[in-house]
Amino acid sequence: MTKQQANWSPYDNNGGTCVAIAGADYCVIAADTRMSSGYNILTRDYSKIIQLADKSVMASSGFQADVRALQKVLASRHLLYQHQHNKQMSCPAMAQLLSNTLYYKRFFPYYAFNVLGGLDNEGKGCVFTYDAVGSYERVGYSSQGSGSTLITPFLDNQLKSPSPLLLPAKDAVTPLSEAEAIDLVKTCFASATERDIYTGDKLEIIVLNASGIRQEYMELRKD
Amino acid sequence: MKIDFNQLETPAPLCGTKEHDEISKHPSFELPVARDFDGFQKDAVQMVKPAKGTTTLAFIFKEGVMVAADSRASMGGYISSQSVKKIIEINPYMLGTMAGGAADCQFWHRNLGVKCRLHELANKRRISVTGASKLLANILYSYRGMGLSVGTMIAGWDEKGPGLYYVDSEGGRLKGTRFSVGSGSPYAYGVLDSG
Repeated sequence: MTKQQANWSPYDNNGGTCVAIAGADYCVIAADTRMSSGYNILTRDYSKIIQLADKSVMASSGFQADVRALQKVLASRHLLYQHQHNKQMSCPAMAQLLSNTLYYKRFFPYYAFNVLGGLDNEGKGCVFTYDAVGSYERVGYSSQGSGSTLITPFLDNQLKSPSPLLLPAKDAVTPLSEAEAIDLVKTCFASATERDIYTGDKLEIIVLNASGIRQEYMELRKD
Repeated sequence: MKIDFNQLETPAPLCGTKEHDEISKHPSFELPVARDFDGFQKDAVQMVKPAKGTTTLAFIFKEGVMVAADSRASMGGYISSQSVKKIIEINPYMLGTMAGGAADCQFWHRNLGVKCRLHELANKRRISVTGASKLLANILYSYRGMGLSVGTMIAGWDEKGPGLYYVDSEGGRLKGTRFSVGSGSPYAYGVLDSG
């Protein structure tokens, strides 16, 4: 009798797109709320964004079960950190923690494509972008998920920032105002929804700035 | 199929004390329990789609070591990033280059930096480039066959002057004065070798 092979995959792709933009004193993180599987929509109202700390917000697309597990791991590690250090984790610290958490599953990866947004220790906006196994870099803006190939070229055109490899180090944050950045994000998603079947339904926008955190919604096409 | 976990066991500590076990032992990785482990890894790698398309080079010259790298990361035909830092600072006097899997290079270079610092604290002097490259090569050798993809050059300045080593995830380690790594390396060698 020939050996039986498993014929199912532990992964699934629930689609969706995430975007984050860093400003001089704010950070905008946005994601659509559609969750799909193949050609079906599982729900039109699923949040892909989570606030991990005072000044860190993560948006993830990919396989939402892995995303949920990753969120729980990070939340519990943050709680431990708070107990040990009596303070909230900074965004750069959370970025390194997320990278290590992803790499520790190097041989059975989290199918999660993340962007982490927040304010750094100086109050400036910061965005970190990741691949599925934890390689990361700090950037001025980023997009991940099924609509990222449609959104990123547009953001490159509108927000092209000096390369972080230049010396002396130049600011990667956009000179746009908060309202302009939010408008830009809405435009991105409206366009991506037109051409990507996995993006749509509703857009959830989180804005982090010195006065705290704010949430906004916008309707997107449902087809 | 029984998976051989020996490679993942932590090597026996050289000294008897167990205080620094936490940091100095290998991180532990959980493995999927799959009938076809290799096939699963192959699929997982396809899913993760490591960024490809790199040229890095380094050479020793009279005043030290020169290290250069491009900053593009591509996934198939799509450019996923134009600003990847492929030169990683292990510590203020040692650099590593990134070619192959970005996450693999970033993680293990950072781990190497930790080990170099522990060496400094334990021995009251900086680690040599020879020693650092050997540490990394031994770690990568112990994960040989697991699908890590690392093609790196360790360049630095120690008591013996400038040092340059090539280390890869097959377990290879070469000392040299001139190296280039990545898909663009043949072209870089063409220039390096004719000057």
